[in-house]
Amino acid sequence: MTRETWINVAALAVLLGVPLWALMADEPFIITLATRAVIFALAGVGLNLALGTGGLVSLGHAAFFGIGGYAMGILASHAQAYTPIMEAPFLIEGTKSMPVIWLVAMVTSALAALAIGALSLRTSGVYFIMITLAFGQMIYYFAISWPAYGGEDGLSIYKRNEFPGLNTLVPMQFFGLCFAILCLTLLLMNAIHKSSFGLALSAARQNETRVLSVGMKPYHLRLVAFVISGAVTGLAGALFADLNRFVSPTMLSWQMSGEIIIFIIIGGVGRLFGPVIGAMIFILLEHTLGGLSEFWHVYLGALLLGIVLFAKGGVIGALAGREKAHD
Amino acid sequence: MTDVVLSTERLFKSFGALKATNDVSLNLRKGEIHALIGPNGAGKSTLIQQITGHLASDSGTVRLMDEDLTGVGPAERARKGLGRTFQISSLAMEHTVLQNAVLGALGQRGNVMSFLKPVMKDDQLVSAAKAALAQVGLAEFAATRTADLSHGQRRQLEVAVALTLKPRAFLMDEPMAGLGLEGAQQMIGLLTELRKEAPILLIEHDMDAVFALADRISVLVYGEVIATGTPEEIKVNPEIRRAYLGDEVPA
Repeated sequence: MTRETWINVAALAVLLGVPLWALMADEPFIITLATRAVIFALAGVGLNLALGTGGLVSLGHAAFFGIGGYAMGILASHAQAYTPIMEAPFLIEGTKSMPVIWLVAMVTSALAALAIGALSLRTSGVYFIMITLAFGQMIYYFAISWPAYGGEDGLSIYKRNEFPGLNTLVPMQFFGLCFAILCLTLLLMNAIHKSSFGLALSAARQNETRVLSVGMKPYHLRLVAFVISGAVTGLAGALFADLNRFVSPTMLSWQMSGEIIIFIIIGGVGRLFGPVIGAMIFILLEHTLGGLSEFWHVYLGALLLGIVLFAKGGVIGALAGREKAHD
Repeated sequence: MTDVVLSTERLFKSFGALKATNDVSLNLRKGEIHALIGPNGAGKSTLIQQITGHLASDSGTVRLMDEDLTGVGPAERARKGLGRTFQISSLAMEHTVLQNAVLGALGQRGNVMSFLKPVMKDDQLVSAAKAALAQVGLAEFAATRTADLSHGQRRQLEVAVALTLKPRAFLMDEPMAGLGLEGAQQMIGLLTELRKEAPILLIEHDMDAVFALADRISVLVYGEVIATGTPEEIKVNPEIRRAYLGDEVPA
C-alpha cells in the first residue's frame, strides 16, 4: 500500500472511530458533529471531481447543495402537511422516504448542473468562477424571495425522514447511513478516476489542445464531470437538511460554496480523500476553536493561508508527497 | 491524382492586413514526406492550424481522402485521421508516458464515456499504446512521469501519441526543434519509417533533415507557395535561393 492509502485508511478509521467512542461515552452531540463532517466530506467529494480532476473551480456548488436540501425540504414538508406538491396535470405527493428523496435530490441537482454547466463551461478561468458564482447567487435570491417554502426563514421538518429497516432518529444509525453513502461514493469516484473518462478529464485539465488533437471534446468531458459533481453535492445537501431537519437559503449562499472549496484545499486538491480530511479538520476547528472565540474563522484563514503558501498539495500532499500517477 | 491523401485548395487566411495564408493549394500523396519550408513568419504554423481545424479559414477547402473538412472541428478531424504533433510539446505532463499514449489509443477507439472500468487495465488500449512507444524507442520509459522526460523524449512521445491514432496523414510541426545532432538523427530514422504508415506533411527548419527526408518540398513565403518540387529542383531554383536559402550560398 502506498503512503497515501495508509493516510486514507487512517482518516476513515478516525471518522468511524470517533462516533463509536462517543456512542460508548454517551456523547450524542459528538456523533452529530461526525455526521456533519461526513456530509461535508460528501459535498466536497462531489466538487472534487469537477475542481480537482477537471480543474473547474466552481464557486457555485452551494446551488447544488441547496437544491438537494430543498428537494428534501419540499418533499418532506408536503408529506408532513398531507398536501400534494401538485395535482394537475398529474398528482405528485410529498414523501418521507429517504431513498426517494435522495433520488429526487440527485436528479434535480444534476439537471441544474447540466443547465449551469452547459452555459458556464463555454468560459474558463476567472470567468468560469464568476459565472458559477452568479448562477449560485441567482438561485440563492430566488429561494429568499419565494414565499411558498419559507423564503428567508427556511423550512423546518418536524421528524427526520425514514429509511427502511433503520431508526434514523438514533444519531448513530443516521451517522452509519451517511458514512456508508460516503464510502460508496469514494469507491465510485476512485473508479471514475481510473476509468477512461477520468484519464481524459484529467488530461483535459492538464492540456486542452492535447485532448482535442486525439479527437476528444474537452467541453463534453467537463460537462459530464460537472453533472456528476453536482449530483453528488446535491445528495450531500439532502442529507445535511435531514441532519438539521431544516433547510434555508443559507445552504445556497456563496459562503457555503467557499466552504466546500476550503475542505478540498485543506485536504488536498484532486486527492480522493482530500475533501474527507479537509472536512474533518474543518469540523474539528469549528468545534474546538468555535468554543473559544466567535471569530474562529481567523484561525481557519491562517491555516488556509499556510496551506496555500507552503503545502499546495494540502494535508495529504504534505504527508504523502506527490501523487503517484496510476498505471 | 488518385493517391492524394490530403489536399488544400485555394486556402486563405488574413489577420487584419496581414495575409498569413494566401491562395495555398498543395497536396500530400500516399507514402511521401512533403516538407513545408519557409522563413520565420511565412505562415507555416498558421497553415497547419487551418488544416487541423484549430483555426478557421477565410476561404478555401481542406480535403482528406476526398472528404471536404470545411466546418469540421479539430476533434472530429483528429478522429477522421489527422495525426498532429506540435511545435511546442503538448502533452499531459502529470500523466505517465504510457498514459499519454493510452489517451491517444482511447481517442482512436472512441468510447471515452466509460466510467467504471480501469483504463490502464484495458489490454487493447495498453498494447496499442505500448506498440507505439516501442516504435519511437520509448518502451522503457512507459512508467515515467511525462514532466520528467527530456525535451527530445517529449518530441518522441508526441510522435507516439500521433501514431496511436492510426492516422491517414501526419502533420508534424518542427519535430526536430531543439533536438541535438544525435536526437535529430534518431528522429530522421523514425520519420523515414513512418511514411510507410501514413504520409507526412512536415514543417521543419532543419534543412539537413528536410533534404534528407523529403520526397517533395514546398516553399512558403509571405503566406504564398512560391515553388513545389523535388529536393533537387528546390536546391537549384534561383528564386528560392534569393527568398530563403540566401543569395550567398555557393552553387
